[in-house]
Amino acid sequence: MDKAGLNTADQGASSVVIRPPLWLLAELTYKCPLHCVYCSNPLDYASAGKELSTAEWVRVLQEGRAMGSAQLGFSGGEPLMRDDLIELATEGRKLGYYSNLITSGIGLTEAKIKALKDAGLDHIQVSFQDSTKELNDFLGSTKTFELKQKVAHLVKAYDYPMVLNVVIHRLNIDHIEKILELAQSIGVDYLELANSQFYGWAFLNRDHLIPTRAQLTAAEAAVQRFRERIGDKMRVYFVVPDYHASRPKACMNGWGAVFVTITPDGTVLPCHEAKMLPGIRFPNVREHSLKTIWHDSDAFNRYRGNSWMKDPCKTCPDKEKDFGGCRCQAYLLTGDATNTDPVCELAPHHYTVEDAVANAEREQPKITRPLVFRLDQNSKEFCKPSA
Amino acid sequence: MRWRPTWSFARGAMSDPTMKPASTTIPAIKKLFRLQWEEVQQKHVLLYPEGMVQLNQSAGEILKRCDGVRSVQEITTDLETAFNHKGLEPEVLSFLEIAHGQGWVEYR
Repeated sequence: MDKAGLNTADQGASSVVIRPPLWLLAELTYKCPLHCVYCSNPLDYASAGKELSTAEWVRVLQEGRAMGSAQLGFSGGEPLMRDDLIELATEGRKLGYYSNLITSGIGLTEAKIKALKDAGLDHIQVSFQDSTKELNDFLGSTKTFELKQKVAHLVKAYDYPMVLNVVIHRLNIDHIEKILELAQSIGVDYLELANSQFYGWAFLNRDHLIPTRAQLTAAEAAVQRFRERIGDKMRVYFVVPDYHASRPKACMNGWGAVFVTITPDGTVLPCHEAKMLPGIRFPNVREHSLKTIWHDSDAFNRYRGNSWMKDPCKTCPDKEKDFGGCRCQAYLLTGDATNTDPVCELAPHHYTVEDAVANAEREQPKITRPLVFRLDQNSKEFCKPSA
Repeated sequence: MRWRPTWSFARGAMSDPTMKPASTTIPAIKKLFRLQWEEVQQKHVLLYPEGMVQLNQSAGEILKRCDGVRSVQEITTDLETAFNHKGLEPEVLSFLEIAHGQGWVEYR
């Protein structure tokens, strides 16, 4: 067994209180019928190892629950591409998780919706790419709009709480009123308008996706009008577009604090993007228990607490509030994950975000490359030759 | 597929126009929520889509009894017996006002 990724002594993070991973995200598969231009899966997902078996997933779910995980997300890729989803949902309920299916809706037949309900699945989140057939189908590079509508109505008919998720960006943000209407017509409980964050495929396509300030202001006003009109019938979340913020988001509520992702091949990450960070060996549930990984691995202790911070974070009164922002964003924009997230106006690299936002304000933003869809053949281009 | 969990723990529940409960009010936990005891955290939590409310002891004990059958008065009597403590109704009423405002409970 390779112990290289584990701390044997209590170095570095010894003074940090390690809390339970309350949120466990099970990325069951990278297989997906959609090819979204802002997919959060790693660019080189095509190089992932063999998917965990049903028995391995069951073991992981048991270990997570024993550690105190309470929220369970079945995600991917498209989790419905796994034929053991009902079995895993049954296990999730038996263990006492609140389980969430995060789906494109593709493959969610009425029979499956019913079977998942019987298995004890608590909630279904369906994503749309847009309120119009044309743009929805373009952004995901599939003809799925009508199917998604049908699925969304069925989810409500089977009495699930439902979150409708739409990733918002330059290409669809002007449709926000139509998106709100769509959510209302389905009768969703929560609408999540997730302003695109720029990692992975979205980072690659960033020049196409960053909205203008005027677009954002108009969208926010539309959301506000809708909230006032509809009252408490639906809750609308407008996820802060962090490139347009002046302080960084408290990413994952801190590294290794409440959130754990298990990728399809069993690699364990503190967030679903962290695999991009160089020089960290992320452990695998095939080699170690989840508990050992969460508590003792170098990967999970690397940015726990604040001893790793540099200035301006190190001496910032907000360091306990925003944890210096996002390590992946710091790495993507500065080449060093220990730098302050450049979204922060105090960050020495803040200009990298300002430049990108300024480019979006131009009448014709400079485009580095045409839109890249999340496709296996594109992912293979990003797969590094294995050492 | 995409997942943005950073806000999940921070987001509050739905807000309701505040309605003052009374002794005869029959509170019930809304369908959107599941109340459960968490052994590791040693507390009751309310679970809902992609989120969790961590409850203190008295909140947990009150919500546990909000079954849509018992009235505030009956819940109070039960709590007073269980904890051997008189005069709990004001506390039950003020908590319910918050819980209703947060959208965790409805009145039957």
